[in-house]
Amino acid sequence: MEKFQIENLDLYYDNFQALKQVYLNIPAKEITAFIGPSGCGKSTLLKSLNRMNDLIEGCRITGSARLDGEDIYGDMDINMLRKRVGMVFQKPNPFPMSIYDNIAFGPRTHGIKSKVKLDDIVERSLRDAAIWEEAKDRLKKSALGLSGGQQQRLCIARALAVGPEVLLMDEPTSALDPISTAKIEELASDLKKNYTIIIVTHNMQQAVRISDYTAFFLLGEVIEYDKTEKLFSMPKDKRTEDYITGRFG
Amino acid sequence: MNKINTRNNAQKWLSYRKSPASFLMYLAVNIAAVITICLLLFIVIYILIKGIPHLSPQLFQWLYNSENVSLMPALINTILMLLLSLLLAVPVGIFSSVYLVEYANRGNKMVGLIRITAETLSGIPSIVYGLFGYLCFVIMLHWGVSLLAGAFTLAIMILPLIMRTTEEALKSVPDTYREGSFGLGAGRLRTVFKIVLPSAVPGILAGIILSIGRILGESAALIYTAGSVAQVPTSVFDSTRTLSVHMYVLASEGLYIDQTYATAVVLLIIVVVINALSGFVARKIGREN
Repeated sequence: MEKFQIENLDLYYDNFQALKQVYLNIPAKEITAFIGPSGCGKSTLLKSLNRMNDLIEGCRITGSARLDGEDIYGDMDINMLRKRVGMVFQKPNPFPMSIYDNIAFGPRTHGIKSKVKLDDIVERSLRDAAIWEEAKDRLKKSALGLSGGQQQRLCIARALAVGPEVLLMDEPTSALDPISTAKIEELASDLKKNYTIIIVTHNMQQAVRISDYTAFFLLGEVIEYDKTEKLFSMPKDKRTEDYITGRFG
Repeated sequence: MNKINTRNNAQKWLSYRKSPASFLMYLAVNIAAVITICLLLFIVIYILIKGIPHLSPQLFQWLYNSENVSLMPALINTILMLLLSLLLAVPVGIFSSVYLVEYANRGNKMVGLIRITAETLSGIPSIVYGLFGYLCFVIMLHWGVSLLAGAFTLAIMILPLIMRTTEEALKSVPDTYREGSFGLGAGRLRTVFKIVLPSAVPGILAGIILSIGRILGESAALIYTAGSVAQVPTSVFDSTRTLSVHMYVLASEGLYIDQTYATAVVLLIIVVVINALSGFVARKIGREN
């Protein structure tokens, strides 16, 4: 089943075309990896899926992107879209408030006020993001006191707390050490039972380790998109082969 | 065990001998620092020595007359003036900065215009504000020489300062906070009030403290607008004198120089207390974050 259907999507930053005629169908409850060299448009496409590009002035998008058949750029409420399509950023970005308030911010935004419900959501989200054990005794302490890897798992928990269907991860481990990276990868593999995950990564081994599907981007185009093991063992396109064998990028 | 990660004077001297320019620089910065501190201490100590012996109960009588050269009415007026002008300027200043930083599109012509206006306004001498306040509030709006006219004039005067500091404070809030909040489906209103403004509070408070300093020290802008009646006002349309104006009047009359110094001591104490209080509030809020 397809979660996202992207058709003929072009994206311009002022006069620069960052995405060219992208067609992609992203399956539900699988991990899809976007790989490619820097500046190839993979993060840009990711941000188009929850309309974070709207915040960038001079950004113009044409074509269509649908979530469960519903046009993302149509009448859908933008805040509801972002509730359904959560995001984890490249650098951990906890808010300067307590761990509890960080997690509760999303649910409170969407109208949950009951303390009991919030307590429950906070615990469940932290458990799902595998950080409950480390955080449970310091829920009232500032989230900025956590280590980088813990902060990133906190941000995943924060994204899960609003009950999304999709999790967009924009190079979530690029600022982390190998042990934290391994934890996040393990977590992503656990989460795909319930969530559709799209992960942008610079690290091809990471794509191989955790993703089911991989899309290879080059200069704003999707060059090849296939099951991960196929793309990495028998790439159809010469450019994909050159990239995954380390000839450039 | 001796600490090895320090250099003794002989070692320092050795390295300075090799580069005389660094020694000169070392001397220059030290001398500059000492001069600054000495000047400040000199002013404070001079005022304290001249003023403290004349701090008498007469100074704090409710009524001002030739027996009791009381600063009490001026003290109360100062506090009223302070609160009223902050009440007028702070919300407008903060909200206009929120507009500039959070709402306006980049390249919007209004933004440039507002910024240039604010910068120009902050360079205007206060006497010009006084004249404007006199012509606009006192004459044109028929408020008379009054507390209200003075407070509006001061509010306009400190507005650019509050806008500039708030704008800087808002800009220093990392964009990643805003992205995080939008990414969770929070709208702009919630993002501004729950994420951006709380993070910017220490910077905004710093601007308000500076404004308080300007209000307390202002005399030129108030002489035309709030006048110099040394009585506690019964309405906002009464003329009032603040401590600074009080000092100016006493000093220019030339009869009560001692009381002028005593008033300066009181003003000094108020400034120190307000700064300490706001510093305390800023730290408290900072710790909560």
